[in-house]
Amino acid sequence: MPAVAPSERISHAIEETVAKGRPALVGYVTAGFPNRRQFKDNLKVVAGICDVVEIGVPFTDPMADGTTIQRASFAALAGGVTLPWILEELQSIEPRHAAPIVLMSYLNPLLAFGIERLPRTAAQAGVAGFIVPDLPYEESGDWNRALEAEGLALVQMVTPVTPPERLAMLCRHARGFVYAVTMTGTTGKSADGRFADVPTDVLDYLDRVKNLSTVPVCAGFGIRSARQVARLAPHVDGVVVGSALVEVMERGENVGAFLKSLR
Amino acid sequence: MDLPDIKGRYGAFGGRYVPETLVPALDRLQAGIERYLHDADFQAEFINELRTWVGRPTALSHAPTLSKRWGADVYLKREDLAHTGAHKINNAVGQTLLAKRLGAKRIIAETGAGQHGVASAAAAARLGMPCVVYMGAVDVERQAPNVDRMKLLGATVVPVTGGDKTLRAAIDEALRDWVSDPDGTYYSLGSAVGPHPYPYLVRELQSVIGREAREQLLASSGRLPDVVVACVGGGSNAIGLFHAFLSDLAVKLLGVEAGGRGAGLGDNAASLTFGTPGVLQGSYTLILQDTFGQVRETHSVSAGLDYSGVGPEHAYLMKTGRVAYESATDSETLDALAECAKYEGILPAIESAHAFFGARRFARKNPGAQILIGCSGRGDKDMPILQHTLLREMR
Repeated sequence: MPAVAPSERISHAIEETVAKGRPALVGYVTAGFPNRRQFKDNLKVVAGICDVVEIGVPFTDPMADGTTIQRASFAALAGGVTLPWILEELQSIEPRHAAPIVLMSYLNPLLAFGIERLPRTAAQAGVAGFIVPDLPYEESGDWNRALEAEGLALVQMVTPVTPPERLAMLCRHARGFVYAVTMTGTTGKSADGRFADVPTDVLDYLDRVKNLSTVPVCAGFGIRSARQVARLAPHVDGVVVGSALVEVMERGENVGAFLKSLR
Repeated sequence: MDLPDIKGRYGAFGGRYVPETLVPALDRLQAGIERYLHDADFQAEFINELRTWVGRPTALSHAPTLSKRWGADVYLKREDLAHTGAHKINNAVGQTLLAKRLGAKRIIAETGAGQHGVASAAAAARLGMPCVVYMGAVDVERQAPNVDRMKLLGATVVPVTGGDKTLRAAIDEALRDWVSDPDGTYYSLGSAVGPHPYPYLVRELQSVIGREAREQLLASSGRLPDVVVACVGGGSNAIGLFHAFLSDLAVKLLGVEAGGRGAGLGDNAASLTFGTPGVLQGSYTLILQDTFGQVRETHSVSAGLDYSGVGPEHAYLMKTGRVAYESATDSETLDALAECAKYEGILPAIESAHAFFGARRFARKNPGAQILIGCSGRGDKDMPILQHTLLREMR
């Protein structure tokens, strides 16, 4: 294991940005979307601006995702994207990106790759951690141990409906960062209506998470505008931008310009 | 026998693989089950609804002509006679009563063949709750009569155009709805699948089928059957029928899956016969998937069995050998359906006809056997499919 464990690279990257007086930006891309050929180029642009990059492993049944990421997932699968392909692509990147890479995957593709082989292969490909939306804490024992053996983080999600004792427990076990889901619902809800201004009760909840967590806290789900980022910034260490970024790619617009507009 | 364990496991299978947002909702459901399910008031109301509204106990019919044709002694547990036309109503009534006690404001449900959707819509109407049913766009097409029934019963039917456009996509979409409102919404899951405690809850609500059948068969024939046969998609009617017989070790139990067009991946929906272990929709079970863990689309002539996974307890019962599972192809199934209709005056659902074929095959190998078949539903809703298949051949 390297001197600094990959999971700590994630927290450090976020903390360094916060120390510069701005919230860390975690950018999400669905691997191989809009096509496999552009994957490494897109990744380079995103990694050049974001402090952490989240790479989505496409899955046939993305139950926590809204329509945008579903669409991107199905398109990537149709294009032949697989977890082994993603890891091979990452392995071939020279030099490695400074921004730590976190793989976001539903559990089944990880099970198919194999819990014995995946942590080491991923670590060698430069992956620093995993987010597994359908692996709640109670079911995560084996994966936590296997990933930790390679120094990889299993990023824990918390939500506005997580009861207080559970929230404290989840924060206590968090590695890399705490992924604070801003709302009940799937990824990518539109910025129209109530969430455009980030309601006060959401900010209060994020304050509670921040108080309980020993690792950085990043807010995600439904974040699309600089206005939201500015409102969230005093309460969290970073923000995750997913569906909005995927939609920019979908429309063929300038990814770099969009990400910079959020800072 | 006391399965699932506290983590919702049946041996290695089961568990609770859901987004964090749903963990408190499942905890509340679990607490609600512990508080109410075996509570005297709840049971009294549930049993009263089953008796006076659903029409239980459903009949046990002797099938004299099938018996003669097959060289066996065949009995049918007639869930097709239950209100709304299938066993699904047992579970829908039970879960809607539970939802009311848990203070939910609305019911959501998924449906494949439309039977659980119709049952949920009827139960919600009966108990005065709004109901939204998610149904794959392909199933909306092929089970059109049920879509209109749901509408008349006051439910909102939402066609699901993402994913495989069948039952699996409908469950994904129902889960997304639930994630959006885990406090006010009750998700009435229609099969013995999904995260704990659903497989347990559905089994408990459906096990009335087997309890009644066992008692009725003892009363009419004076003995237990040699074999009990049921069709298996997610597996709710099968687990409901099998459960009362699990400790009768002399009674063979046979589950019949949808063999579709054949053994190839994508040609059938036989997860136990052809699947491998994995996590789908909240549960570790046997699923039809490729080597990368992507869930494969399925094929079956019956929308109700057209599902890539199966209830975790069935995966366990197969592993322990207590239940044998095999499959019946589309054409074998339609042949068995025609035979039952013509010789017994009963038009079974295409789902249920899988069990009839499995029973016939068993009878050929075991002359003189007494066979109990779960006739889980009636076939009226299948007329659009039958017009394109059996009836076309008859013209």
